[in-house]
Amino acid sequence: MRTRPGARAGQYAALLGYLVFLALPFLWLLSVAFKPARELGSLHPTWIPEHPTLGNFRQAFDEQPLLHAAFNSLLAAVSAAVIAVVLATPMAYVMARRPTRLARAASGWVVVSQAFPFVLVIIPLFLVLKNLRLIDSVPGLVMVYVVWALPFALWMLVGYVRAVPVELEEAAAIDGAGRLRTLVSVTAPLLAPGIVATGLFAFVTAWNEFFFALVLLKTPEKQTLPVVLTHFIGTEGVADLGPLAAAAFLATLPSLAVFAVVQRRITGGMLAGAVKS
Amino acid sequence: MRTGALIVAALLLLAGCTADGTDDGGPVTLRFQSLAWQEESVQANKDLVEEWNATHSDVKVDYVQGSWSSVHDQLLTSFEGGEAPDIIHDASDDLADFAHGGYLADLTGLLPARLTSDIPQRSWRTTTFGDGVYGVPFLQEPRVLVANATWLKRSGVRIPTPEHPWSWPEFRNITRQLSGDGEYGVAWPLKEPVSATLNLSLSAGGRLFHRGADGKVTVRFEAGDEVVPRTIHDQVDTDHSASPTTLGSGGSDTLPGFFGGRYAMVPLGFSYRQQIVQQAPKGFDWQVLPAPAGADGLAQGVSPQTLSVAEDSPHKEEAAAFIDFLLRPGNMVRLALGDWMLPTGTQALADPALHTAKDGWATGTALAEHLRPAPAQAVRGYAEWKDKVATPAFQEYYSGAIGLSELRERLEKDGNLVLARYQR
Repeated sequence: MRTRPGARAGQYAALLGYLVFLALPFLWLLSVAFKPARELGSLHPTWIPEHPTLGNFRQAFDEQPLLHAAFNSLLAAVSAAVIAVVLATPMAYVMARRPTRLARAASGWVVVSQAFPFVLVIIPLFLVLKNLRLIDSVPGLVMVYVVWALPFALWMLVGYVRAVPVELEEAAAIDGAGRLRTLVSVTAPLLAPGIVATGLFAFVTAWNEFFFALVLLKTPEKQTLPVVLTHFIGTEGVADLGPLAAAAFLATLPSLAVFAVVQRRITGGMLAGAVKS
Repeated sequence: MRTGALIVAALLLLAGCTADGTDDGGPVTLRFQSLAWQEESVQANKDLVEEWNATHSDVKVDYVQGSWSSVHDQLLTSFEGGEAPDIIHDASDDLADFAHGGYLADLTGLLPARLTSDIPQRSWRTTTFGDGVYGVPFLQEPRVLVANATWLKRSGVRIPTPEHPWSWPEFRNITRQLSGDGEYGVAWPLKEPVSATLNLSLSAGGRLFHRGADGKVTVRFEAGDEVVPRTIHDQVDTDHSASPTTLGSGGSDTLPGFFGGRYAMVPLGFSYRQQIVQQAPKGFDWQVLPAPAGADGLAQGVSPQTLSVAEDSPHKEEAAAFIDFLLRPGNMVRLALGDWMLPTGTQALADPALHTAKDGWATGTALAEHLRPAPAQAVRGYAEWKDKVATPAFQEYYSGAIGLSELRERLEKDGNLVLARYQR
C-alpha cells in the first residue's frame, strides 16, 4: 500500500515528537548529572551545562558503593530473568496447547493478582525468607523476583505460544518428528522473540524493583542500585541532586544496553518468515 | 505474581521451615541503622562506629545505611519479621505508632543520668508516650528565614535578631515593602502546608489540638491558630508580597528563584543552609533570620531526630550504652555539624563551633531554647487528619479558594470526625 508523501512526513513528525517526549527526562537527567552545584540552583537552567563537571560522578562513587550495588542488581535481575523464562516457557506451552479448566482459571487468577499491592505479601514473604535464612541474601531476593515475575511472564508467553500455528507442529509430526524434536526445532525458534521479550520484561522489573530489595536486604554490601540511590535523599525530600542524577544516569545504562542488544532479536524474530521470498 | 508469592509463602510455612534462632556466642553484635545521608553526616556516623568498635572488643556495632524516604515501611516489616536493627535512627513523629505497637524498648532506666539530664525536658516530651521513653531526641532544626542580605540592606528594613525578632504584622509589612515589579518579599514553600503552619503557629499561641480531661484530643481553631495562616494568606492574596507559584513547591524548588533575585526571603528548615552553601552563585550574600515571633515569642514546633532500641533486641543495655557513646557532647556536635542541624544536648549546644556567625549557626543556636514538641506529636489519627482534611483545606485557603471561616469549619468539623474514630 502506498502512502502519500504528506502523510509520511506527518508520521515521521509524530514519531519524532514521541521520541523527543520519551527522551526528555533522560536528557535532563544527563544534563543535571554533569552540572556543578551552582548551575543546579540557577533560575535559568540550560540544557547544556555551562561548566560541565565529573564532580557529581566522583562524589556519587565516593559516597556510595555504586559499582557493588550495580553488580548486585545485575546478578539479581539476570538470575531472575533467566529462571523466570526457563520456568515459564514449558508452563506456557502446556497452558496454551492443553487449555483445561484449571489452566483457564490460572490465567484469570494471574490477571486478578496484578491488582494486589506489594504490602499485602511483604510480611508473610519476609517471615518465610527469614525461616529459610534467606533474608539479607541476593538468592532470597532472586527467589522473590522470580515468583513476582512468573505469572506475568507466563501470561505473556501463553500469548506467544498461541500465535504459533499449531498446524506447523502437526506438519512436523506428520514428517516424523517426535514431540521433543518438534518443540526444539519448530516451536522454540518461533517463540524466540517472545522468550526474549519476556526475559527482558523480567530483567527490567527486577532491575528497577525497590521495595522488596529495601526490606529484604540489610547489609550495605548486598543492597541493590535502587536502594542505594535513595541514600542521596534526605528529610522532607531534600536531595543531593547532582550525585543523585549522576548515579541515576548510570543506573539506566544497563537497561538501555540490554534493550540495544536484544531489540534486533525481538524485531528480527517477529518478522522472520512473515514474507515469502 | 503476588498470588504466587502468597502460595509459596503458605507452602513454605506449612513445610515447617524454622530458624533455630540460637546465639553463637562470642562478642555481641549490634546493628545500627542510620538515616544519615549528607556526606559529612554519613562520615561522622561511620567514624563514631569505628571509634566504638576500636574500644569495645566485647560489643561490635555494624553500621547499616537506611533511607528517610521509606524508613517507616521498612522498619514496620522488620519489626513484624523480628529482624529489626538493634539501634534505630528515625524522627520523633514516626515513633508514636511504633511505641504504641510495642516495637520499641522503653529506655527508662537504660540511659545514664548524664544523658537524660543533658537533654531538656521539652525535647524528651517528643519521645515520651504514656509512661515510657521510646527514643533519645538528639538533632533538631528550627524553621528560619533565609534572606538575601544585599536586598535587605538596600531596602533599609530593620534586620531582626533572636533578641528582637519581627512580629508577624511587622513581617507582613516588610514583605510588602520588599515587593514589586515581579519581585516578592517572601516565597513560602508550602508543599507540606500542615506541619509548617502548625509548627510556626506555636509562636502566636496556636495549639489547635486540645486534650480534654478524658485524654481525648479535639481540634479547635482559635485566635492564636489564625495568626500564621492569615499572614500567609494575606501576603499571597491581598498584598501579593508572597509568590503564589511556590505554594505547591518544596524548599529546594524555591532556591533558584531566591538566588535569581526573585524573592527576598524563603522560610526553610535550618539544614537547608548546606544546599545554599553548595548552590548559591559566587558573591551571593545571604543570612539567616529568626522566624517572626508572636504572643509566645519565638516558640515553634519540631520533631527531632531520634535514636531508639528495638524491643526485640536481646542486647538492650549494650545498645543503650552505644547510644550514650554516640551522644556524648563532642560526638553530638560532630553529628550536628554533619547534618547542619542543632543538637538537643545542652553541653553540645554550648560548643563554640555552633556559635559562629558563619552560615547562620549563631542565629539557629539562639533559637534552640524556643523549640517545642510539634503540636501533633502524639495525636492519634493525625496522619489521616493531615492528609484528608488539613492539607487540602490549608492549600485552598492559601490559594484564596476558601476563606478563614471555611478553613476553620473544615479543620474542626471534618477533623474532629476523623480524630474521633481513633479515640473510641
